[in-house]
Amino acid sequence: MTTTENQANPIGFGRMLRKEDARFLRGKGNYVDDLNLPGMLHGAVLRSPYAHARIKSIDISAAQAHPKVKAVITGEILETLNLAWIPSLSHDVVAVLATDKVRFQGQEVAFVVAEDRYSARDALELIEVDYEVLPPVVDAKKALDKDAPVIRDDIAGKVDNFIFDWESGDKAATDEVFANAAIVVNQDMLYPRVHPAPMETCGAVAYMDPIDQKLTIYSTTQAPHAHRTLYALVAGLPEHKLRVVSPDIGGGFGNKVGIYPGYVLAIVGSILTKRPVKWMEDRSENLMSTSFARDYHMKGSIAASADGKILGLRVDVLADHGAFNNTAQPTKFPAGFFHVFTGSYDLMAAHCSVRGVYTNKAPGGVAYACSFRVTEAVYLVERMVDRLAQELKMDPAELRMKNLLRPEQFPYTSPTGWEYDSGEYPRALRLAMDIAGYEELRKEQAQKRAKGELMGIGISFFTETVGAGPKRHMDILGLGMADGCEVRVHPTGKAVVRLSVQSQGQGHETTFAQIVSEVTGIPPEDIDVVHGDTDNTPFGLGTYGSRSTPVSGAAAAIAARRVVDKARIVASAMLECAPEDLEWEKGRFNIKGDKSVGKTMAEIALGAHGTVELPEGVEGHLNAECVYDPPNLTYPFGAYICVVDVDPATAKVSVRRFIAVDDCGPRINPMIVEGQVHGGLADGVGMALMEVIAFDEDGNNLGASFMDYLIPTSLECPSWETGATVTPSPHHPLGLKGVGESATVGSPPAVVNAVIDALAPYGVKHADMPLTPAQVWQAMQGAPYRTDLAIQ
Amino acid sequence: MRVNIEVNGVNYSEEIEPRLLLVHFIRDQIGLTGTHWGCDTSNCGTCVLWLDDLPVKSCTVLTAMADGHRVRTVEDLEQGGELDPVQKGFMQEHGLQCGFCTPGMLMTARALLDRNPNPSDLEIREAISGQICRCTGYENIVRAIRWAAANSSSNGALDVAEVAQ
Repeated sequence: MTTTENQANPIGFGRMLRKEDARFLRGKGNYVDDLNLPGMLHGAVLRSPYAHARIKSIDISAAQAHPKVKAVITGEILETLNLAWIPSLSHDVVAVLATDKVRFQGQEVAFVVAEDRYSARDALELIEVDYEVLPPVVDAKKALDKDAPVIRDDIAGKVDNFIFDWESGDKAATDEVFANAAIVVNQDMLYPRVHPAPMETCGAVAYMDPIDQKLTIYSTTQAPHAHRTLYALVAGLPEHKLRVVSPDIGGGFGNKVGIYPGYVLAIVGSILTKRPVKWMEDRSENLMSTSFARDYHMKGSIAASADGKILGLRVDVLADHGAFNNTAQPTKFPAGFFHVFTGSYDLMAAHCSVRGVYTNKAPGGVAYACSFRVTEAVYLVERMVDRLAQELKMDPAELRMKNLLRPEQFPYTSPTGWEYDSGEYPRALRLAMDIAGYEELRKEQAQKRAKGELMGIGISFFTETVGAGPKRHMDILGLGMADGCEVRVHPTGKAVVRLSVQSQGQGHETTFAQIVSEVTGIPPEDIDVVHGDTDNTPFGLGTYGSRSTPVSGAAAAIAARRVVDKARIVASAMLECAPEDLEWEKGRFNIKGDKSVGKTMAEIALGAHGTVELPEGVEGHLNAECVYDPPNLTYPFGAYICVVDVDPATAKVSVRRFIAVDDCGPRINPMIVEGQVHGGLADGVGMALMEVIAFDEDGNNLGASFMDYLIPTSLECPSWETGATVTPSPHHPLGLKGVGESATVGSPPAVVNAVIDALAPYGVKHADMPLTPAQVWQAMQGAPYRTDLAIQ
Repeated sequence: MRVNIEVNGVNYSEEIEPRLLLVHFIRDQIGLTGTHWGCDTSNCGTCVLWLDDLPVKSCTVLTAMADGHRVRTVEDLEQGGELDPVQKGFMQEHGLQCGFCTPGMLMTARALLDRNPNPSDLEIREAISGQICRCTGYENIVRAIRWAAANSSSNGALDVAEVAQ
């Protein structure tokens, strides 16, 4: 529904216009590149033109002689500071500046600090690097060939490009299920390398104050506290002299979780020049060097009975991690949460194995709103279910309905050990089918097919796995994934909430005010939310994996409850009654049975700061904090239906309709939730139809600008149709589940299933994303191509 | 070289390098950081501002080309403490999330409504199709511009109640 008039703000949950919009609408956002500190210098990175080459020499003398250049930094110089290599987020190391070899096109080779942006770039051209070009490893499938060049010869004794093998599930039980199944369908599929490409690229302004030796880093980070601790550990800087500020962030999508060489270089530049140094990458640098997503080559198999009961699922994955293993995910999970790949179905056994390999490509892998590789998992299972439907000649909606987990099975333990907290799956699918008019669409499709027109209907049902996570299972470099929140009520009843997480556009300043409002009854406009500054907020691991609401949202709710608990004691002292004689009415405590006698939160707050005599042992003021260690992950879910038309003459796909029913538990602010879903659906259309980072045989990145890396515009996106069901999480204090990444996770298979469905008259069973006109045309000719390599 | 450019009604006479891009002039030299820098290749549109009365992508305009011309940026949309209807519409319909593409979208939206006060959804989608938003999936931007069209009188004055903040 479109709201055409302003509404009064709710107390607690409900549609509320965003507080943060006031500055963004006026062009007064405060992004990293907007910072202009007194005396600030500008840095620029020289990058490798080659995918794989040995550095024979670097001559920086001409650059140093440039009149506006203040410093030129190479790997050799960083080695003297012990900073040429830094730990990755996955038990590997990452080169800050290459010392021995470059290992992907776009890798950082040297850093220039100059008086202005343009001079820094000019000086890059004065640096002479003598490279000995080496053969690159471009095709992940050839990375483990005996004659493959060894990329990581920096690792002692390394003779191949192997990173890890990992598995989950019961292989023997799965083999047995497959051996006895009436139907087995196999399908290889690639989830190609894509890039989050937030509109704001990555950057930092670093300033080491030469007097008090305090280092402040303003950076495009989704995890300021984790960055502070990592800087302290890596560079040996004292943590109390480090402040990381994540100001307004122009979109994250996982691209801004890790620490990039540019951030470290801005810090080193500031230490060397004793002045603030800004480094801001351009779009090509962003696409070529910062964290990509996916790049999973998957061999899937699904087993079923003849009447369509799914029995087992297995998948063997070849994971391309690029030149350094730098995926950002919990330590115990080298493939992220991919092993939740059994999805939303009740099956007997499952097994997955994942092999990670090095290639001469940029590092990363976990990004682009993927919920730690749940995107790949959902794509795998939803494509396999559609392949099964094809073989069984069964309607894919009917097949899903037959196999979806039933409400009474929750909490449900999956074959790979996940405990799904709550779900009403058939209700969500039925709602999506009703909104779509599913049965009518099938009739229309039959009529169109009879006329030779290509119309497709695709379904995806996803279960998300978010809110990482319980400390006993989940940490990043040893830091437990718990998050803090502080609530402070001022004497006049207005409040400040300090978060460990921060916003990259999600609207935390509004929704966290609403969470605290929901619990305390203080109007959200009277609650200010502070976030993104490590000096002013409690510790926590940051915003990604849809974890803000399930983790920090729980911390905020519990801190707010503690405020209310304290308020009861203060109110009882003010009213000279026992605390248990009071009853809570959102925003005030009344004497039981007499609503006319009571105290509002504002009165209680003043009392708490005033002269009211409190019981023995009760401290004054009205503050509380909480560090929340979630007992389990949350499992949002949804049912998506996509309708496409394919032009048989040009093979162009048009998304006609997209219906998305999401269940993320209760909605803090339905307007914001819907916005999160819309954005993810556009991501899905992009990945399914347009986006890919491919490489040619020399390792050249073929998606290195927005001329080549295609992102959907307003014309490729339909008008989204959304619906909601509400199944609260039983373990979150407010039942909330999180939603940020649901649509990005759930939508790509719906689009692909729709296109493959449209192409059924051509006998097409599968084609890998992106389903560009060229790829769809090839599929119609029976020969879809590999989308990760240059078209042969 | 010296250029004379009127930015948001203020005359600037500035010494510049001939190669200076307009987006960097506006952001770094004039200090108006509402206009953003997103791609260098005229694809993303976060740098859209008006040159005279036409929206342009300022990452591919030389400052020298603006010599003797007028520039209007997002900072000029609010007049006399009153937000432009497109600004109100983006807030009302949640047409922005991270806010990075928003200034460029607003400038295009204003230009569209100046020429076509009552555009269809397709006309709105075509108007903003040269700009990328990674957060909203565009639907709420379309709604926001539609809101602005519905809540503007012909002379541009507003006929609706105040927006929060």
